[in-house]
Amino acid sequence: MVSEKGYRMVVLVKQVPDTRHLSGEVMKPDGTVNRAALPAIFNPEDLNALEMALQVRDEKGGHITVITMGPPSAAEVLRDSLYRGADQVILLTDRRFAGSDTLATSYALSCAVKRLGPIDLVFCGRQAIDGDTAQVGPQTAEKLGIPQITYAERIVQLEKDEIVVMRALEHGREMVRCSLPCLLTVVASANRPRPPSARRRIEYKLAAAPHEYPALLQKWSEFESEAQLDSFLGARGLRIPVWTVDDIGADPDKVGLAGSPTQVYKINMVVLEKSETKEIPPTRDGIVALVQELVQEYIIG
Amino acid sequence: MTDGRDIWVFIEQQDGKIADTSLELVGKASELARTLGSHVGGVLCGYQVEALPQQVIEHGADFVLWADHPELEYYRTLPYARVLSQLIRERAPYVVLIGATPLGRDLAPRVASAVRAGLTADCTDLQIGDYYSRREGKTYKDLLFQIRPAFGGNLIATIVNPVMHPQMATVREGVFRKPQPDPARQGVIERIHPSFEKEDLVMQVLSRESRESSVNLKEAPVIVAGGAGMGSKENFQLLYELANLLGGEVGASRAAVDAGFISREHQVGQTGTTVRPRLYIAAGISGAVQHRAGMSESNKIIAINTDPNAPIMQIAHYKIIGDAKEVIPLMIKALREKTR
Repeated sequence: MVSEKGYRMVVLVKQVPDTRHLSGEVMKPDGTVNRAALPAIFNPEDLNALEMALQVRDEKGGHITVITMGPPSAAEVLRDSLYRGADQVILLTDRRFAGSDTLATSYALSCAVKRLGPIDLVFCGRQAIDGDTAQVGPQTAEKLGIPQITYAERIVQLEKDEIVVMRALEHGREMVRCSLPCLLTVVASANRPRPPSARRRIEYKLAAAPHEYPALLQKWSEFESEAQLDSFLGARGLRIPVWTVDDIGADPDKVGLAGSPTQVYKINMVVLEKSETKEIPPTRDGIVALVQELVQEYIIG
Repeated sequence: MTDGRDIWVFIEQQDGKIADTSLELVGKASELARTLGSHVGGVLCGYQVEALPQQVIEHGADFVLWADHPELEYYRTLPYARVLSQLIRERAPYVVLIGATPLGRDLAPRVASAVRAGLTADCTDLQIGDYYSRREGKTYKDLLFQIRPAFGGNLIATIVNPVMHPQMATVREGVFRKPQPDPARQGVIERIHPSFEKEDLVMQVLSRESRESSVNLKEAPVIVAGGAGMGSKENFQLLYELANLLGGEVGASRAAVDAGFISREHQVGQTGTTVRPRLYIAAGISGAVQHRAGMSESNKIIAINTDPNAPIMQIAHYKIIGDAKEVIPLMIKALREKTR
């Protein structure tokens, strides 16, 4: 049942390489991917998911926990989530998560959500731009044993334990009603994510995960030890908790490479087909000649 | 019909009509099954869709498992997932293929999670081959190679699932050709009567409005496609004008769709539509592999780009190094003068 304090919500987010703005230097000379050269961003549709949760809290009250799984540097999207209004954030990081495919990822995320206790709503972006699989949302819902509403564009109604959602499909819309708890995957057209608030930016600027303490100690000489810094941050709600495989009670055989049924067999550089290419000058005469040639070859009528 | 190597295709239907994607996959599955020496099965969920199983067989399936129940009349995740997961557990198919439609992308991950199988999204090719695992030092014979562009399209990845079967994959519409139906083809139709738990029925569909797509890229003989290089939504009008003159449709790269120049149903490529027109004009499209995966089989390709090194140039039959915003009006003019 939804408590008097409003809806207990979780938003699952991902830090992704900005594949929309790739440049030539992204590939090393040996043909492997130079990940370091890729800017890391907040997965765009996850921002829509966070915004949808924030709107529910604005109207109905509630509490929002943002969880991300990734390398330690993913703490960045959690700080961003705090600036935008999240109540609590959790960083799921552990070397043993490395190499997880969508099945292993959804298992880890579902373990983390379960550790939070009872929840009413889980939100995530429809898909992440680095893989475009759109699989982690539904797989997490299945592992949590709750229904999923994919392609969610608008919450039409939310009363007590029942939600009505408009889904935006490729060739139409569908309105569905579902009981809570449930998981929504949110599309880009759902909303315009609010920007980070200036006030919260100041308030949470110092939020940090333990692996970031050494760097902070160098900056602030007034702290003598990590323990001192940790208690300072903890007292102010600025400690970003880190959960590992053990913290979420996950079976180590079900995460990382071991827990991933799919394996990458091979990666090929893209080899372009060789074809006879004829260069046409971008002039009036050039184009007229091209059109004539296409007509003669019955390519155009 | 369980010889341990069967290939299943989930047959998507709406209002008594089978989705093209499903029939395209039945065609591809027949090809793969020939290599494996196994059978193709269609899994159909629906209510009072008596005519459909035979259609699946005519397109190449050897058998159809038809789950017939009033609760399956319209798609809802949980009842459909219950049926498909249960059949997979009982009969252990080797491969399960699902169209990467909104329905398929909702259903496939739910089922893969329930049966703990691997799933690869939006494959652009499927093959059968042997996989040597260096980690284990052993060879897995006759696996499904699930091939898709990866990482912003700079790479093509071949994904395998050696152990946790079935090997599941989704494929977009148009990637494979729809086979010609053979009305004489015979097959086994097995009707299944599933039962549901209360928790399978917690969701109700209140309303559905489907908008027939106004664009038909797959059937268009000519496609005039624009990319980020077109610069604006207004400039896309030039492409509409040219497409009109040529009796074609307007397509777009993902970059143009993301920039808001045109709606997503015009997108050509791995996560859009795969096309094979007689003529494909790529205007201001650099040609990331995801885009090329959706149009490289076009009969003739004209690429217009200011960058002579854009990847699209290498698969083009005609390249025009110049600004598409200037070249397209020249084409429009040349065509108008030709027809006069």
